[in-house]
Parts: sequence; structure tokens; C-alpha cells
Amino acid sequence: MNDMTTPTTAVDPRDVGGPRQPLMRVQALKKHFPLKRSSLGFGPKSAVRAVDGVSFEIRKGETLGVVGESGCGKSTTARLLMQLIVQDSGELVFDGATVGARELPLRDFRRQTQMVFQDSYSSLNPRMTIEDSVAFGPTVHGVSSRDALNRAHDLLARVGLEPARFAGRYPHELSGGQRQRVNIARALALEPRLVILDEAVSALDKSVEAQVLNLLEDLKRDFGLTYLFISHDLHVVRYMSDRVLVMYLGQVVEVGTATQVFDAPRHPYTRALLRSMPSGDPMQRTTEAPLSGDPPNPIDPPSGCRFHTRCAFAQAVCSQTQPDFIETAAGHGAACLRWQPGSGYMPPPDFPDLAETAAEVAHV
Amino acid sequence: MSATITSTTRPAPSAPLQAVRSRSHGANVLRRLLRNPVAMTAATIILLLILVAIFAPWIMPADPFATSMFKRLRPVGTPGYPLGTDELGRDLLSRLMLGGRLSLFMGIAPVIMAFVIGSALGILAGYAGGKVNTVIMRCIDVLYAFPSVLLAIALSGALGAGITNALISLTVVFVPQIARIAESVTTQVRRSDYVDAARASGAPALTIVRRHVFGNVIGPIFVYATSLISVSMILASGLSFLGLGVKPPQPEWGLMLNTLRTAIYSQPLIAALPGVLIFVTSVSFNMLADGLRTAMEVKQ
Amino acid sequence: MISYLLRRIGYALPIMLGVSFLCFMLVHIAPGDPLVSILPADASVDLQQQMMKLYGFDRPWPVQFAQWIWRALHGDLGTSIATARPVTQEVFKAVGNTFMLAALATLIGFAFGSLFGFVAGYFRNSWMDRAASFISVIGVSLPHYWLGMVLVIIFSAKLMWLPATGAGPDGSGLWKWDAEHVKYLILPAVTMSFIPMGIVARTVRALVADILSQEFVIGLRARGLGDFGVFKHVVKNCAPTALAVMGLQLGYLLGGSILIETVFSWPGTGFLLNQAIFQRDLPLLQGTILVLALFFVGLNLIVDVLQTLFDPRIERA
Repeated sequence: MNDMTTPTTAVDPRDVGGPRQPLMRVQALKKHFPLKRSSLGFGPKSAVRAVDGVSFEIRKGETLGVVGESGCGKSTTARLLMQLIVQDSGELVFDGATVGARELPLRDFRRQTQMVFQDSYSSLNPRMTIEDSVAFGPTVHGVSSRDALNRAHDLLARVGLEPARFAGRYPHELSGGQRQRVNIARALALEPRLVILDEAVSALDKSVEAQVLNLLEDLKRDFGLTYLFISHDLHVVRYMSDRVLVMYLGQVVEVGTATQVFDAPRHPYTRALLRSMPSGDPMQRTTEAPLSGDPPNPIDPPSGCRFHTRCAFAQAVCSQTQPDFIETAAGHGAACLRWQPGSGYMPPPDFPDLAETAAEVAHV
Repeated sequence: MSATITSTTRPAPSAPLQAVRSRSHGANVLRRLLRNPVAMTAATIILLLILVAIFAPWIMPADPFATSMFKRLRPVGTPGYPLGTDELGRDLLSRLMLGGRLSLFMGIAPVIMAFVIGSALGILAGYAGGKVNTVIMRCIDVLYAFPSVLLAIALSGALGAGITNALISLTVVFVPQIARIAESVTTQVRRSDYVDAARASGAPALTIVRRHVFGNVIGPIFVYATSLISVSMILASGLSFLGLGVKPPQPEWGLMLNTLRTAIYSQPLIAALPGVLIFVTSVSFNMLADGLRTAMEVKQ
Repeated sequence: MISYLLRRIGYALPIMLGVSFLCFMLVHIAPGDPLVSILPADASVDLQQQMMKLYGFDRPWPVQFAQWIWRALHGDLGTSIATARPVTQEVFKAVGNTFMLAALATLIGFAFGSLFGFVAGYFRNSWMDRAASFISVIGVSLPHYWLGMVLVIIFSAKLMWLPATGAGPDGSGLWKWDAEHVKYLILPAVTMSFIPMGIVARTVRALVADILSQEFVIGLRARGLGDFGVFKHVVKNCAPTALAVMGLQLGYLLGGSILIETVFSWPGTGFLLNQAIFQRDLPLLQGTILVLALFFVGLNLIVDVLQTLFDPRIERA
């Protein structure tokens, strides 16, 4: 799953820029949620800085994993990508066209990007049958209800739910895993190119999760899809992703291939995150907590590098300067002053370095 | 860690291959309601009253408008007048039967109108959110700030007596209550993931409201509205009691309570009779509304 | 905390303004000439114009509204067309009577309603629960003016224990707290008490049942807390909401007393409203409704604020 061979590139008639153009490019996305003023209007207006300057790209045919703790902005980013909420600033460029501009109106964009939500129950209308839920999307875009239902039945079969048995049922009659399959079918009904999976398997039992993950793999191959896979479960992300993006407190702190990020993390946060992954090996015991304390408040993030309050390697300069995102190797970058030349950061001898072996960090 | 589990596109085991169509939510609610003995008794009573009211002109034993100064305030059981006569000598049974028409109408019609108007306003406010919501709900709040009896009487008093005016004022009293519930439920539904998913599929707002929001909010609003019918009946007959609703000589239970007040000392039973009917109808509607609420509450 | 209070009061002010506006507009939606009741049909045009000027009906209505509000804030609600006495005087004389009635009715209703509701919730699904629930359904389904009539029939006409109408043996409306006068209060108060009784019973039942079903109660019992201790606990948790409901019911009864006051000829605001309507005495109608409605808004505000003060769990959104 993590090999670097080019993923399937079935020739999609809607493809505009060719395989080298990223399918989705996110530029400097910002979204703050203003809070009601606690005092009578005096005092500064505070806001939850959910997404604070996020930039990355999703390449055609890949699975880009997104990891981070709760509150880091993963879900908000997903919703911004879907334009379910509108960003305060920043741009989304889909296959070379700006989303929402005349070249790519929102409605057309919605046909090419779809999302699978975490809560399988609340993402299905309890009063609609399964087949109606799946067929809804196509009917909105002009497909006749007969054709839409046929398509729905095909997709249900495709995701492993026999139409005869499931099409006429209601969501509450299905198990969590079955419902998530329905959600996947629903997302595919519009024949999208990009599918955003926002913690899509997090609520499922492990055995069911494995089945659904394999289903997702098959579908990606058969339909030529691109995935944005958001999860807090590092094992799953490693299993599924080609490249990985790490978020902290509304910002991107590291990006690279799965091998790079998991085997040789550059950012102290990533390293700590990986160390907190529980291992099945009883001989591998973690003696100290890799991350101290709770993540600070997205309303009032720390100055300078946001991670400096919990970083084992923080220095004075870290609380003063915000690090830029620096590429340390081909396709592998991190936002840490240690990698930023001229930042004033003096790397201590025990700083996790390029030479650090995989064994130290990864639990294979 | 990366255990290979074979791809599971093969269907889950067992079960014969026949098309299954589950019962819809509405059908389930109905089934549960039909199994509720209290609710069914109430429904039967209401149905009987409605039927009697509709067919009153044909099944009345006597002319409800025929006055007679000799036959005033005859007691129950008088031959030819099974329930006695009122203060103007008219047959009470016939007047009660015919009176049912207006009483039931004035109880049910305002609620229906308020249901339509209130739901529309509430769903609009709930789905649109923002300024639209604020404007609509503030106006609603001003009306809601009156105790309902006072508002009904104030409006009726200002507009004057008469059925139309009474209907208008009662509708105005109930619209805010229904609109509030509608807005509250719609706001909740609006936040759910399936509405987001519908938005994500590019559907226009009206389609989303029609296919996703409506079906999920109409239930609770409807249940609330049915619980208002008994209140409406009491209020409507109260207006007539005060002389603000139906005008004499039209028979209507509330109005009859008013005109029969003089009979309290001589024929107390006759004087109380119209109220019994109002009470019975009101209790029945309440029981039915309770049953409906219970039927809807069961988590599927 | 203070900010919440101020915001809550700030929210009530536009509502009060809206309410006042509505009261004011009542006159203008009313068909027919407001002066019809005092002027003879053949009054000269001059006289008509004079009277219109006197009552201010000749100005454009935003001006009239402003004037009316201004005067109201100074305690002048105009003059009753029928009796030529100041409206303010009439209203406040009557409010006292209604308040007495409503307060007593609320207390009785609350006492019995809480009792029934508590019993119903404590002994859920037993016959006591069903009986208590039945009584509360009756409370809300009853046409109260009819109940009044029935009680009059029983206690006044037949048994002759209590008087049927009025507020005092001399019918003057002057109140004294003696046995003679209290007799007049009993029937109307009891009749009125059924309304809050039904609602309080339902609310308390739901509250008690909810609290008892919560797991922390099991925890309390497991630690050896006896029945009385649990009882105290339940009461403490129910009290804020129950009292809030009581407060709201008081407001509702104050505003909605007209029907019962009509049945018993009780000289309160409801009775005044009745007169105003039938004499088409619009200043009196306006003034009375304004006072009653504002009372209701004010009471709601007080209940809200007190609830927040006593129940820290309420979200101060």
C-alpha cells in the first residue's frame, strides 16, 4: 500500500491538466469561527482559529492521509474542501480551475468531489430508504429517477450490499459497517474524482473496519479515484496512504510519503505522535509520555511555533518566530525552526535527525 | 498489522433473495397508534362527534331555532325533548348536535391554518438562519409575549364579534407557538450530517428542504399542533361565551353556556350540558395527541 | 453574570416596545369609529372633530403612538370613554383584585399539582401515577369557565355554602381580609387553580421521573442514602424548574383571568376588559391590555433571571 509505484491512472474524460497537475491544490486556507463576546462588547473579539493558513496539494490517483489530534482542524479542512463552509481567505484549485469561479461553478465542483462522514447513522436521512438516499445525488443533477435508482442498485451491489435485501430498508435497520458502505455508495453515485473520507472508519469495530478499508481500496482501483483520508488512527493511515500530512492546531506541520513520515519524521510533533502509537509487542514499553499536557486552546494559540509549549526540544527562539514550511528532502517537508536555515535554532545533540533509524521510532 | 483480508464484495451470507421493502416511519407510527386503546377510544369519540355534527341537519329530532315561550327550560327527559329545552324553549339536543358543527370547526380550523402558516415561517427561519431567522423569530416573540387568552380576547375585542374574526384571532394566537417548534426542530435537522451530505451533492436549498428537512420536521410539529386542538376548542368556546365569537341565534356550545347561565338555579343540569360536550371533546383530543406523541417517541 | 442579566433585560425591551405597539394598533385595526360609543349619532361635525382632537385621533398614527407611549411612561393611560375616569386608576384598582385571585389560584394549583406530579413520578406506572396523570389531563382539558359554573351550581345554588358572584357582600369591590370576604374568593380561586394544577403536575411528574431514573440516584442509594435523603435530593433538583413554571403560570393567570372573572363577576382586570370590549371603550381596552401584557413580559424576565441565579447549569448563551 505504501509503495511508490504510480497509482492507477485510468484516463478520465474530465481530466484537464494531466497526471502532473495536482487534482486539488489548497492555498493558504483560513477559517476562524468568531466567538460571542463574553463582556459587553469591550475587549478583543476572540475566535477559534480552526484552520490558520493551510496549504497542500492532492495528487491525482493518490491517497493523501491527514493525521492530527482532535481539534487540530482536520474536519474543518475537510468541510472547507467540500465548501460546506466557506473559508475566510485562501483558494481551492481543482485540476487547475479555481473552485467557485466562472470556470468551475460550485455545482460542477460538487459533482467531482464527494465526502464520506464519520457518523454513519447521522449522515443518512432516517426517513429515506437506502436506495433513495443513494439515488438522491444523481436526481439533483438531472438523472431520471429510474436511472438514478438503477445506478443506486448497482452501487449498492458494488459495495457489498445486495440490493434486493437492502435497497428498501431504512438506516436504522442496518449495522454501522453496512451504513458506512451505503455512505460510500452514496458518495460514488455522483461519479466523483476526489473522495474525502473524514474519519470514515473511526466509528467501526476493527474487523468491520478492515473490510471497509479493503473495499475502499478496491473501489479506488476500479473507479480511478483519489482519496483524502482523514483519521486519528495512525495505523490505518499508514496502511491506506501514499502520502501523509500532519496537522497541529490549524496548521500543517509535516508532509511526506508515508514511509518518510512514519519512518523518519522531521517534526517533533510527528515524532511524539508516532511514539504514542500503541504497539502489539510487549517488549516495547514506553516509559515516559511522549506528549505532555493537553493541546492548547485554538482560540489563543501559543506565540511563535505553536507546538513549542509541548515540544521536548523547544528553545527560546521557538516562542518568538513562526516557522516556515521547509522541504528537507524531495517531497518531505516540515514546519520546524530546526530545519530553517538562519532561524537561530541550535539543534541539540539528541534532536531526532536524518540519521535516526527507523527502529527508534516506528513499531513494526 | 497489514493482515490481508480478502476483499468483501461478496454479499453477506444467508437470507432468501426477495426484494424487501420496509415499512415507512409514518406507517409504523400509525400501527402503534392503532394498538393504543386509550388513543383509539378517544379517536372513536371524536369521530362520532364529527359525524353527528356533519349529519346534524338530518338526524336532529327537532328544529334548533324554533322558540317557544311556553316550553322554556324543560328538564331532561321531557317527552319530545330528550335533553330538555333552553331558555328560549328550543330543543337542547338539536342545538347541541348542530352546535357541534361550529364548535368543532372553530376548534380545528384555526389550528390547521396556524399549522400551515406557522410551519412555513418556522421552517424558513430554521433553515435560512442568520438575519432571516432573527427577524422572523423576533416578530414571533412579540406575539408570544402575550398570554394566549389575553391575545385572543384583545384581537377579538378589537376586531369585533363574529366567526371570521374569531378564527383570525385564534390563528394569530397559535401561529407563534407552532412557528417556535418548527424553527427549533428545523434548526436541529439543519445541523445534521445528512443535510450536509445533501448540500454536498449540489442540491438547491428548496430541494433539500422538500426532500430531507420536511419529512423529518413535520412529525414533531404535527404532534404539537394536535395537542393545541383541545386548547383551541376551549378558547373558541370561551370567546363565544364572552359574546365575541359566534353570534346568537347560531348554536355553539360556548355561546350556549353563556345564554344558559340564567338557568343555573332552575335547571342546573341543562345549564351544564354544553360544557360537558366541550370537556369530553377536549379530553379526547388530548388523549389522542398524547397517544400520537407516544407513538412517535419510540426509538426505532 | 451581570452581562447576561443586562443582555436579558436588553432583549426584553424591544419585546415590550413591540407589545406596546401591538396594543396601540388594536385600536386601529378595529372597524368603526372609536368615538361611536360616546357620541350620539347625530353629533355635529364640529363636535366630532373636537372630540377627535381631545382623544388625539386626528394625528397620524406614528405621532399618536409616540404620544401614547410618552404619556404611558408618565402613568397616564388616557381616559375611559365610557366612564370618563382615568384609565390608569381603573386598571390599578382592578389589578389588585386580580392579583389576589391569581396568586391564590397559583398557590393552590402549585401545591396540589406538585403533590400529584410528585406522587406520579415517584411511583411511576402504578395506579397512583395513572390517577395523578388523569387529574392533570383533566386540568388542562377543562373549560374553566364551565367548571366555575358547575362549582357555582353545586356550592352556591344547591348547597348554599358559598356566594356565587362578586367580591364582597356589599358588592363595592372594597376588599377586607375577613371571613365574609374570603368566602367570595374561594370558588373563583379554586376554579382558577385547575389550570396551573394540570400543567404543574405534568411538569413535576416528568422532572421527578427523569431525576429518579438518572444513574446518580442509584449511586446515592448504594451509598446508603435512605428514602428521605433521596426525597430531599429530588426536591432540590426539581425546585428551580417547578418554581419557574409556577411563576409563568401566575403571569398567565393574571393575563387570562377574564373568563373566570366574568363567571363570578369578580371586579378584576378581566372584568374590566369585558366591559371595555362591550362598550367599545378603546382607551380602556388598550390600557388594560398594555398593563397586563407588560406584567407578563416582566414576570417572564424575573423568572428567567431567578432561574439563572439559582440553577448554575443553565447555559448563558
